[in-house]
Amino acid sequence: MIEVLRFRPRRYVYAVNNVSFALREGEVFCLVGESGCGKTTTGRALLGLVKPTGGRILYRPSRELAERLGELGVVFEDGFVDLVSLGRREWRLVRREIQVVYQDPYSSLNPRFTVKRSVEEPLIIHGIGDEEWRDRRVREMLEAVRLLPVSEYLERYPHELSGGQRQRVAIARAFILNPRLVVADEPVSMLDVSIRAEILELLVSLKSRLGTTIVFITHDLATARYVCDRIAVMYLGSIVEVGDAEKVIREPLHPYTRALIAAIPEPDPANRRRMRELPIKGEVPSAVDLPRGCSFMPRCVVYDRADPRIKRLCEERRPGLARVARDHWVACWAVS
Amino acid sequence: MPLLVVEDLRIYYFTGRGVVRAVDGVSFSLEPGEVLGIAGESGCGKSTLAWGLIGLVPPPGRIVSGRIVLDGVDIVGLSEDVLRSRIRWKRISMIFQGAMNTLTPVYTVGRQMVELLRVHGGFSEREARARVLELLDSVGLERGIFDRYPHELSGGQKQRVTIAMALALDPDIVIADEPTTALDVVVQAQILNLLKRLQREKGISFILISHDLGVIAELADKVMVMYAGRVVEYGPADIVLRRPGHPYTYMLLRAFPRIHGPRGRLEYIPGAPPDLRSPPPGCRFHPRCPFRVEECSVREPSLRDLGGGHYVACIRAGELQFSV
Repeated sequence: MIEVLRFRPRRYVYAVNNVSFALREGEVFCLVGESGCGKTTTGRALLGLVKPTGGRILYRPSRELAERLGELGVVFEDGFVDLVSLGRREWRLVRREIQVVYQDPYSSLNPRFTVKRSVEEPLIIHGIGDEEWRDRRVREMLEAVRLLPVSEYLERYPHELSGGQRQRVAIARAFILNPRLVVADEPVSMLDVSIRAEILELLVSLKSRLGTTIVFITHDLATARYVCDRIAVMYLGSIVEVGDAEKVIREPLHPYTRALIAAIPEPDPANRRRMRELPIKGEVPSAVDLPRGCSFMPRCVVYDRADPRIKRLCEERRPGLARVARDHWVACWAVS
Repeated sequence: MPLLVVEDLRIYYFTGRGVVRAVDGVSFSLEPGEVLGIAGESGCGKSTLAWGLIGLVPPPGRIVSGRIVLDGVDIVGLSEDVLRSRIRWKRISMIFQGAMNTLTPVYTVGRQMVELLRVHGGFSEREARARVLELLDSVGLERGIFDRYPHELSGGQKQRVTIAMALALDPDIVIADEPTTALDVVVQAQILNLLKRLQREKGISFILISHDLGVIAELADKVMVMYAGRVVEYGPADIVLRRPGHPYTYMLLRAFPRIHGPRGRLEYIPGAPPDLRSPPPGCRFHPRCPFRVEECSVREPSLRDLGGGHYVACIRAGELQFSV
């Protein structure tokens, strides 16, 4: 799946090409899909935690970081560096600008660190500021994530906090370095529904204030709708549809996106009176033996009804993303 | 006549750091063929309630008081032997989240199902095998699953097996506790369709427990909303999910992200549920409730009948009108 990570940037901070995704500065970009679709792996590749077997991840660092990378002999192309080619030493510098918020606030925080220490940690690692400055910065961040009054939270340990409070600490830690990109991997899926919106609001307000770009990874299209500017739907390792969030949700074109939307239950009591129509067959197959053509074909109801000419394409060639409207791309032979 | 009547049930956990009142005075009834959806967030007591109904509250918890009357017989206080031989699987069976608690990794699916039928249902080996194949058909699984081990199955297939097992001995009541929570959304929809079909065909009486109001709405005729160990609202699904009477139900519905219709603003409920070792005085929801009045912190509301089988435990019940 990493092959899709071919980034070709123009005026973007960062992009996946091979017509996949192009990250725009300051946006919230969602990777949505079911387990095993590759959304988390994609996020981990952006963080340098898995090395892609092919393709490039081009990133345009800040001027300051670019200078420091230059001193280490990193080669630039149009102001961009290929993250895939970087070694550990270089990544240590890059990590200042690319941070992460994980799904599970119970395991992502060191249980032996106080809140203050957890949030301060990135500053210490990167040798930023003296103790007094760091202390002030930590307080600022806790205020920003509304752990108030701050003095009451500084010396607490994770086990003394609720799930929502822990996730705030994780967000404060991710943003304390003023990163340019934050990968948020299912940041609210382990939280109760009643508090999710509060955490999402926090993320969005922080990124608006700081101009951060966010890659938001989720299995939940409905949640994506509330935070994302654009959505990329993934299936078995590739992006099948990408575009403006509202457009993808209101006018989904790929048969898989349509099925995903049709499957989402809403609290409407009328739903119990009818069987839910699911325009999809079977379950996600193993990613090991993908069909030669479109990997969604075995489950596709559009394929079943398609004319023989289209069918042959589905069977023999992998569809690439094709532009169907402004800001809307779909990888499907029957659509394009 | 109701099939199941639960009266003032209290289930507490006696921990070293205090008594956790997980289920604190819950009453409801279930009619034959009815689906009752129990909704609530983590720590509201819904799973403890489910375990209580089949006599499997994990220690240090136990049923402190109350009655669980199944077809006229109170099953609270029955011995583990009686529960195991006469009640569980036969009268009340359970579908758990993720199938983890039901399937053993070391036996084939078929073997486990056959054993269940033999031990609890008195089937002979041959009868049991025939019945298992029939059950696999009814939950939409290929018969070849019989000789497979659980780890060879997908999440959806495993959940179908546990559903088949829950139905194996034609129980009066099936309790499904978060039956689709570990599943992907498409598989979840397939499983919900299966439950819906089986419920219609066999007229099963269901208790469906979920944190997800969307899942509840797929099946439930009646909805019971729990908060901090107590029932805050109970009534027909059409009323509770459209015109709820309790601020908590209303706000929970407003916090639910929608895929259809206008996007609107996603609301949240400030704060967190209380520590059940020392719940707040008065209404347990009052510290988080934007509709509270002074009295809410003093007086604990009990369920009030608003007519049409709709009950709401709120001091302002009837006065507050919500629509979602």
